[in-house]
Amino acid sequence: MPHLELASISKSFKSNKVLDDISLAADAGEIVVIFGPSGTGKTVLLRLIAGVEEPTAGTISIDDQDMADVAPEHRDVGMAFQNFALFPHFDAFENIATPLRARAQSAAQIKEGVARVAKLLKIDHVLSHAPRQLSNGQKQRTALARALASSPKLLLLDDPLRNVDAKLRFEMRLELPRLLREAKSTVLYVTQDYKEAMALADRIAVLAHGKFVQVATPEEIYRHPATVNVARLFGDPTINLVETVVGEGATIDLAGETVEIDKAYAGLKGRSVTFGVRPEAVALGDGAGLKAQVMAVTPLNERTVLLLQTKGGAELLASLPSSSPAIPKAESEVTISFNPIGSHLFDRETGATHAKGRA
Amino acid sequence: MDHTSTLEQVIRGVLITCVLVFFLFPIFWIVLMSFQTNETILRIPPSIVFEPTLSNYSALITGRLESAAGNLDIAFMKNLWNSFFLSASSVLIALVLGIPAAYAFARFRFRLGEDIAFTLLSFRFAPPLLVLLPLSLYFKQLGLTNTYIGLIWVYQLICLPLILWIVRGYFEDISPDIEHAYRISGNSWLKTFWKIAVPLAKPGIAAAGLLAFIFAWNNFVFALILASADKQPVTVGALAFVTASGIQYGQIAAAIVLSIAPTLALALYAQRYLVEGLSLGAVKG
Repeated sequence: MPHLELASISKSFKSNKVLDDISLAADAGEIVVIFGPSGTGKTVLLRLIAGVEEPTAGTISIDDQDMADVAPEHRDVGMAFQNFALFPHFDAFENIATPLRARAQSAAQIKEGVARVAKLLKIDHVLSHAPRQLSNGQKQRTALARALASSPKLLLLDDPLRNVDAKLRFEMRLELPRLLREAKSTVLYVTQDYKEAMALADRIAVLAHGKFVQVATPEEIYRHPATVNVARLFGDPTINLVETVVGEGATIDLAGETVEIDKAYAGLKGRSVTFGVRPEAVALGDGAGLKAQVMAVTPLNERTVLLLQTKGGAELLASLPSSSPAIPKAESEVTISFNPIGSHLFDRETGATHAKGRA
Repeated sequence: MDHTSTLEQVIRGVLITCVLVFFLFPIFWIVLMSFQTNETILRIPPSIVFEPTLSNYSALITGRLESAAGNLDIAFMKNLWNSFFLSASSVLIALVLGIPAAYAFARFRFRLGEDIAFTLLSFRFAPPLLVLLPLSLYFKQLGLTNTYIGLIWVYQLICLPLILWIVRGYFEDISPDIEHAYRISGNSWLKTFWKIAVPLAKPGIAAAGLLAFIFAWNNFVFALILASADKQPVTVGALAFVTASGIQYGQIAAAIVLSIAPTLALALYAQRYLVEGLSLGAVKG
């Protein structure tokens, strides 16, 4: 039995349809990341689940109970807001204590509960500070602590790392999975940072234009993106995309040159497609085959990114481990081939992925 | 680092002095007058050297005015009490009615909402005399003439729109997420209003309450028409010093000093709330 179930949820503001017939089920203890570019209704979805907005259509159930007439204070959810939404006139302790006080716990229980989450999030030394005296990182942790304090069965985290600096975001990305597992709650986590999504999620639900485009494990989303947009959103550097037509015997036309691709695509002859290849699936060699000029070499810590240009003028990015023995120099010529894992064909009209071995 | 030249500083000093003299000199002069007798006030040329006397204040406080033409009973202390009672009760009632209304206007969109809010504000546009004639007729019918209740009711025309519009702005400035966060934490709507919305709008409530108090205190026409001597506030009561035997400048000055003292004290006290930027730093801007 899923812990949280969304059935055909739609939400409109006036004539503007923000969420369109969304369904999702999350098991108890599962971390589901809602991923999508800004303005796609991720925050609205969390607000609907929290109960501060009402869906235009559809039902939300928590533990098999319809939430339609349940006020936000009775849903037993914890929520961390993107803008923190701390209570400015309470100190950090009282902020975190709020959900415990509302559950009428004793003073000792409250003290213990606050101390527990504060220690977990390393803010025990600033509990007497007012929100305005806290750094952004501390505010974010305080907001998170408040959401976690009452050990709610369902945690809604709205891009909690959005407003913190890069260093802290990196640290929190490492810490959060442990924290969230310890909380044992079902987690819906909203972000527009694909690395955060990959690091935290049991499953990622990709939201675009009010609909889930793909709901799958991080691995699955990266390896088998459902659409060209999903492929573009995950991965850094982004996937190489070339608009082309499938030719005779699993070949495509790449700026005038015929290139072989995965044989599984042979059935797609004549189709207008977008060829996508992950930068790490662009293999470099020096034998015969498709030649390309190395235009620029950019070392990015553990990986080195190369900008390549074929004779016909097509530009491609390739990404190699920085430790690899033979990183070509700029201006040199290399032979490139495409690893079938990491190469995809997308329908040019719908953007949907063409399954391998099927027309 | 000082970027201003000497000339700029001199000009600035002169201008500030001008402004201060313009606004403060009358108050300074009134305070001086209140310690003088009519004779020294009317002296030509006027002088700031005189023998101070407390006779004006004692006359006001004891309620017996002794002038060249004889003795006159005045009810200034009663007037002062009336002013205080009328203004304070009006503001209190306006706060009780206005704060929830301001919250509703700030947070909810409802049919005719903007129109209602604007109608309330329009009470401030119309000259009071416009409504006074019909009101005085109604009040006679209803038996409200010369009652505190009647005056407090009419004073809502002054206080309620001010409080409604100022406090509404403050409520709108509070991020709804802060209230949402409190509700999701497990608190009812009413508790959220009391524990989050009202405390955070406190600077606005203080400002609006103070302004409404001053406006009510300074009102003249409503009380002049709708109340008689024993219910009249100081603004109307001060007319008593314009007597058949002449104008009692000293007493008028002392009366003014006494009547601005409460509002001044209130303004100084509430200043603390007016500048307190409570919301700062709570929400990432």
